[in-house]
Amino acid sequence: MGAEVVIEGLTKSFGKQAIWRDVTLTLPPGEVSVMLGPSGTGKSVFLKSMIGLLKPDRGKCVVNGVDIVQCSEHKLYETRKLFGVLFQDGALFGSMNLYDNVAFPLREHTKKSETEIRKIVLEKLEMTGLKGAETKLPGEISGGMRKRAGLARALVLDPEIILCDEPDSGLDPVRTAYLSQLLIDLNAQIDATILIVTHNINVARTVPDNIGMLFRKELVMFGPREVLLTSDEPVVEQFLNGRRIGPIGMSEEKDSAQMAMEQEMADAGHHDGSTEDVRGVVPQLQPTPGLPERQGVRRRKDRVMKILHTLPPAAQEGIIESLTPEEQRRYGVQPHAYAGAQHATRPVASGSTPSRHSGELPTENIAQLPDSGWNGPAPRPQPGTGGPRHQSPRPGQGGA
Amino acid sequence: MTAGASTARFPGIGMLRETGKLFALGLDVGRGIFQRPFQLREFIQQSWFIASVTILPTALVAIPFGAVISLQFGSLARQLGAQSYTGAGSVLATVQQASPLVTALLVAGAGGSAICADIGARTIREEIDAMEVLGVSAVQRLIVPRVLACMLVALLLNGMVSVIGVLGGYFFNVVLQDGTPGAYLASFSALAQLPDLWVGEIKALIFGFIAAVVASYRGLHPPPGPKGVGDAVNQSVVITFLLLFVVNFVITLIYLQIVPTKLG
Repeated sequence: MGAEVVIEGLTKSFGKQAIWRDVTLTLPPGEVSVMLGPSGTGKSVFLKSMIGLLKPDRGKCVVNGVDIVQCSEHKLYETRKLFGVLFQDGALFGSMNLYDNVAFPLREHTKKSETEIRKIVLEKLEMTGLKGAETKLPGEISGGMRKRAGLARALVLDPEIILCDEPDSGLDPVRTAYLSQLLIDLNAQIDATILIVTHNINVARTVPDNIGMLFRKELVMFGPREVLLTSDEPVVEQFLNGRRIGPIGMSEEKDSAQMAMEQEMADAGHHDGSTEDVRGVVPQLQPTPGLPERQGVRRRKDRVMKILHTLPPAAQEGIIESLTPEEQRRYGVQPHAYAGAQHATRPVASGSTPSRHSGELPTENIAQLPDSGWNGPAPRPQPGTGGPRHQSPRPGQGGA
Repeated sequence: MTAGASTARFPGIGMLRETGKLFALGLDVGRGIFQRPFQLREFIQQSWFIASVTILPTALVAIPFGAVISLQFGSLARQLGAQSYTGAGSVLATVQQASPLVTALLVAGAGGSAICADIGARTIREEIDAMEVLGVSAVQRLIVPRVLACMLVALLLNGMVSVIGVLGGYFFNVVLQDGTPGAYLASFSALAQLPDLWVGEIKALIFGFIAAVVASYRGLHPPPGPKGVGDAVNQSVVITFLLLFVVNFVITLIYLQIVPTKLG
């Protein structure tokens, strides 16, 4: 299982210019997270601070019980072996060919024989679609290939934590999709904790389990993907839809006068740059059929259901809808619990009932038999009157 | 907290800080020399590379350098009627002063600039970061072999420069100034002594170390952008030259105090 990364109150500034303040978040082990943010909000700086390349002014970054910010140099190098980092431009060693680049960590850190190394290196190169390019120098290949080679090198030591700095920049949409799939497959195979820094909305919507966003020198939010994808926060909304109306300007922030002017223009019919509203929860990317199930997904489900009542209603809705009917029963929740009043008091089938529907439809959209008592247990009385937004799991049942 | 130290502002603080970091790198390198695993391959490659870019220019500089010393000292000695000491004087000057300096200037100018450009390019391409992130210390993996290579090459070049310088001096003195070959050779040991050779070699070692550490330091911390690397190379050579002459002055002073001259 991947390692957990706990970041507390991390603050970084260059001279007098603050980059971000008091960033606190936890990368849950084995889950895929995405850090969004407009250009220049210090996303790359954040990554570099996480691995101790830059020294934050304050705060902690704890990996496996080691605080990266404060620990000794020796511990730092040891802890870094857990990381696989993909840099923006691949950061390959210019004087070595691709094979030697990918073999470098193995030669430095392991006592493997050259035949073993060869096997691993060729496997990773094939995984990233670089078979046959082993003898090329980094200067002789395209940016996309360099990026993939950088990923291959980050993977040879089977890292517990993978950090990707804009894996999509400079890649075409198809290769980006392949790369996203590759990351998800990797996560399914080695259960590594993954953090992707990007501003590609498509990646952000389909790949991660958790999404965070940096803006105005702060972490705007970090949480389950549904929270950000359904958020009403103006910054998030603007960013996801890629339009000019909103708090993000060409230089990072804009003033209210500019905002008002743009709003006026948009109201007058001027195009605001966006196409359609892409908010809302979309199905997540799944591992390629044949690979093991992602362990992180199951852990995340339990984790998210535990904190469900603390999340905003829209996010709750999205999460509940993404569950299969059996899971909804297992956790004792139902979709549209507060949207349709007639369902609010409907009894929830307990886990003992075998699933009759395997379709994607939410349970109440499926034709139901008249109240024939097929679902055994007695109706659960609903406390309160206003129609609770979700039903908290019954003790001893929900967390199973 | 380090807040107090990092917010202190007074003129020259930047320079002090840079100097401190330079020394810190020097210490790191010193420690790294004794840490295993030793990067033998990189060391041999770098030694070969530095030697190949410095040998020819050094030899070409050494001949006129030895000649100038010899001619200058020769005419001076003749005016004083001490012609028989011409050889002694030029050997002393060449071995003790000229050859370590010539060596260091060329190691800094040719080898150091190449090291600085190489490391600088790696830094801005994030290769150094990538290496650090892979859990490999860049100082241990890249800088230490280069510093040792520079020291070794400086040591060997110093020997070569001494020989060529003395030969050049001999040639110009005997052929152009009508000096007597026998007297020139016989007076070698009149003023010069073995410690002069030692101090020359020690100087060469130290100068090689300084040249490589300064070049590496500037390479690891270049101003931003490709132009920054160019500036860093430029600065590294200038800084090295300044340091060399100061350090040379200090070492010479100490040496002259400690080791008595032969004709006391």
